[in-house]
Amino acid sequence: MHETDMTKALIMTVREWLAEQPGHPQVERVHLTVGEFTCVEPVSLQFAFTAQTQGTFLDGAELVIAEPPLIAFCHHCEAEYRPDIGLQYACPSCQSPMDDIRSGRELKIGRVEFHREDVISVLT
Amino acid sequence: MHQTFDAALEMNLLHANQHGANSNREQLDKWGITCLNLMSSPGSGKTQLLEKTLQLLQSEFRMAVIEGDMTTQLDADRLRQHGVPVIAINTGRACHLDSKMVAGGLHQFSHEQQPENFDLVFVENVGNLVCPAEFEVGEHAKVALLSITEGEDKPLKYPIMFREADCLLITKTLLAPNLDVEVENICYNVRQLNSTVVIIPVSSKTDEGLTEWFAWIRQTVLARANEQSLTMASLT
Repeated sequence: MHETDMTKALIMTVREWLAEQPGHPQVERVHLTVGEFTCVEPVSLQFAFTAQTQGTFLDGAELVIAEPPLIAFCHHCEAEYRPDIGLQYACPSCQSPMDDIRSGRELKIGRVEFHREDVISVLT
Repeated sequence: MHQTFDAALEMNLLHANQHGANSNREQLDKWGITCLNLMSSPGSGKTQLLEKTLQLLQSEFRMAVIEGDMTTQLDADRLRQHGVPVIAINTGRACHLDSKMVAGGLHQFSHEQQPENFDLVFVENVGNLVCPAEFEVGEHAKVALLSITEGEDKPLKYPIMFREADCLLITKTLLAPNLDVEVENICYNVRQLNSTVVIIPVSSKTDEGLTEWFAWIRQTVLARANEQSLTMASLT
């Protein structure tokens, strides 16, 4: 259940970032990128996020998780391909090993959407 | 109505763990210690391989072990019989060691021993083929173990572990004749994911492959020491 620890780390990162912002920003959405080729389960992250943010400054904030697929690049064929996770990772055309991963290993906090009580926008 | 703002953080989700791992590695470098992180599923033979390694390399290296186990001290007790310091870390319900736990272990180690006198620290991770692969602890190299009884398809099913490994020990090769498993097929599956990993079939019972395993350890210790002296030279 390392998703629980990761969620803790996520909450701390957002808290540290918020502390440096002027005014009292209220976080609406946190955007994560969790690649397909990682040991992290997005469903567990969502669950942990909801459970751990209850009653905190992030209560009610939405966690949005983008899941980029595993895409490898074969240097021999000079082409990208989608490995078949669990079955085949080598290049389907020339069988070269999966050396270069172009996407799928991402584990990052992308951006935060927030509003500030002191800034009122005017509808035109 | 309120206006929504957007701020880019672009921060690694594991940055806290990574930061801790880097400072553990710096500390180990200061002591002149090479650290190897041993990872595998439960029952693949990590502890027995370590026992053999401690036994046969004790005249060559001064070694210590940081032992991650979910609840017991059984493995730590087995290893202590070989006269090396063993720091036991009970991870509770956590399924892997993280850099913070290992930092605690290193802290304890430095209080009980003179770390400058040591050459090698083995971290025996919690038996699990998934999570440990994603959490660096400050090691200089990752060693994965896969026993042949686990089957040829495990590298395909648990790819991150085998992708991350610098060295793969295929253990319990003594049992090969009794199983429908070909070491060659395991190697082929691992190679799909990792073209540079050093693969060594071993048996802690017959000592098959131990010479190669020890040669890999020596080479890794030497490479770390060389890298460190290069870094020192570039600083002066």
